[in-house]
Amino acid sequence: MDNNLIKNLEEQAKIVRRRILEMLAQAGSGHTGGSLSGVEFATALYWHEMRHDPKNPAWPERDRFILSKGHAAPLLYAVLAERGYFPVEELQGLRKLGSMLQGHPDMKKTPGVEISTGSLGQGLAVANGVALAGRLNQQDYRVYVMLGDGEVQEGMVWEAAMASAHYKLDRVTAFLDHNGLQIDGPVAEVMNPEPLADKWRAFGWHVISIDGHDLRQILSALEEAKKTKGKPTIIIGKTVKGKGVSFMENQVGWHGVAPTRDELQRALAEL
Amino acid sequence: MKKIATRDVYGRTLVELGRENQDIVVLDADLAKSTKTIEFGKEFPHRFFDMGIAEQNLMGTAAGLAVAGKIPFVSTFAIFATGRAFEQVRNTVVYPGLSVKIAATHAGITVGEDGGSHQSIEDIALMRVLPGMRVVVPADAEETAQAIRTAAASPGPFYIRLGRAGVPQIYDSSYRFELGKASVLRQGEDAAVLACGVLVAPALQAAEILFNQGVRVTVINISTIKPLDVKAVVEAARQTRAMVTAEEHSVIGGLGSAVAEVLGEHYPVPLERLGVADTFGESGSPEELLEKYGLTVAGIIAKVERVIARKKTMFFKQS
Repeated sequence: MDNNLIKNLEEQAKIVRRRILEMLAQAGSGHTGGSLSGVEFATALYWHEMRHDPKNPAWPERDRFILSKGHAAPLLYAVLAERGYFPVEELQGLRKLGSMLQGHPDMKKTPGVEISTGSLGQGLAVANGVALAGRLNQQDYRVYVMLGDGEVQEGMVWEAAMASAHYKLDRVTAFLDHNGLQIDGPVAEVMNPEPLADKWRAFGWHVISIDGHDLRQILSALEEAKKTKGKPTIIIGKTVKGKGVSFMENQVGWHGVAPTRDELQRALAEL
Repeated sequence: MKKIATRDVYGRTLVELGRENQDIVVLDADLAKSTKTIEFGKEFPHRFFDMGIAEQNLMGTAAGLAVAGKIPFVSTFAIFATGRAFEQVRNTVVYPGLSVKIAATHAGITVGEDGGSHQSIEDIALMRVLPGMRVVVPADAEETAQAIRTAAASPGPFYIRLGRAGVPQIYDSSYRFELGKASVLRQGEDAAVLACGVLVAPALQAAEILFNQGVRVTVINISTIKPLDVKAVVEAARQTRAMVTAEEHSVIGGLGSAVAEVLGEHYPVPLERLGVADTFGESGSPEELLEKYGLTVAGIIAKVERVIARKKTMFFKQS
């Protein structure tokens, strides 16, 4: 794999993290931990893997990304702004009255948001629908969807997982942001979803388990997903909630809290 | 008179639409034989998706198809479409304003023998409360066919309430259904009956009986519950000063409530609401259940007599 590519993506990931922290501090509320854990995957998609055009968000042939764990909206907004879907200055409006950046993604307000999410468990079903439409139209676009590991406690995720496999949607690739924490505590203690890999396999999916912060592993998993025919692929990425900021990492308290000005300065200094 | 179930017309209309428009797709949740979407499925198997017994996923998948430019018609029983999947409809279909057409069958107590668990008497209320949702309750075969076509041709979400049991013909092919427009079927000055769905035909029968007794009753088919034809409701109130609503739905939240909201704000007159009186249904034949819950010609007549009596009392008190 190209070392420069990896280096560039790592640099981009840093910028995305910076944007997430800045906009959350500015907003004064929002979901920090789970936005930071998905940074590498989203960066790999938007700066390398996906076929898309920020100047033409409705391009019919584009690959789609659906943030099913919609509370990680700051991650999506940071990526979209950095890619040029809308001006970076808009990030300062996060969660504020009249802003295009709602607390959870709103496709009617924000360019580049494929579907409104936030109520957990619903993105994979939408991804399936988008993929079925692509198949009917004989389009070859791919659909990527990011799920949380707490989110998979929702029954609807498994209804959708069954359907992706039933309809052999090999253009659907899910990324499970397995950071191990949810609001009430460790996922394994609140309601243990394990064994996750076995469950997805049993539902008819091709499963790839990786370090969700390792860009080389992410890129090769995405390659493997593209080569996998006849079934959907899920990349289970072991991640760290709050990744990149020492005092946020693996702290359940950073699920739904924004950094103060002082915390922001300390966090940025670490990146 | 020959009765036709609105779901049968739905099934046939879908096939016609499928032939006319490649973007029409249909999703069901293991009830295709009952909802009649099976007809579409037979002719267009690649555009028909049975999602199994998973209504939440049914709605989410339809949203995905819509967001990618398709026009999905989604069917299951009304109780599951609006109850089981309410939050999916709310957040993933109507909140983003997607063009998903929910055509739910087996609404109301005329589901019959399956009993209270399957008799949706809350669906109009649940769908009516959603911003931007269009709620249509066709009264007969002709109106169903036209309402389905209107939904297919109009962007945005729709809820179309269809029934299991046959209903008599109200309209011929000269009728033109218009979204948001009430249809005045009969004019009278003593009271107005505003009905929807299976109660439109009994309302007309009631008006005929009352006519023979010297009572003149306006009958209006309010097939679009949302957006409600406020002008028609106010006009009927102005002309009759005595209003009755009739619906195969809970008296809470449906047509009766919608009309009460309009009257309260625009033209307060006595109102009597006929519907299922804040109770669940039960097993029985559709006819037996309509009789037991009072959704009959006699039930409508009793409400009309009562509202006219109230109007007179109010008149004397005022003078």
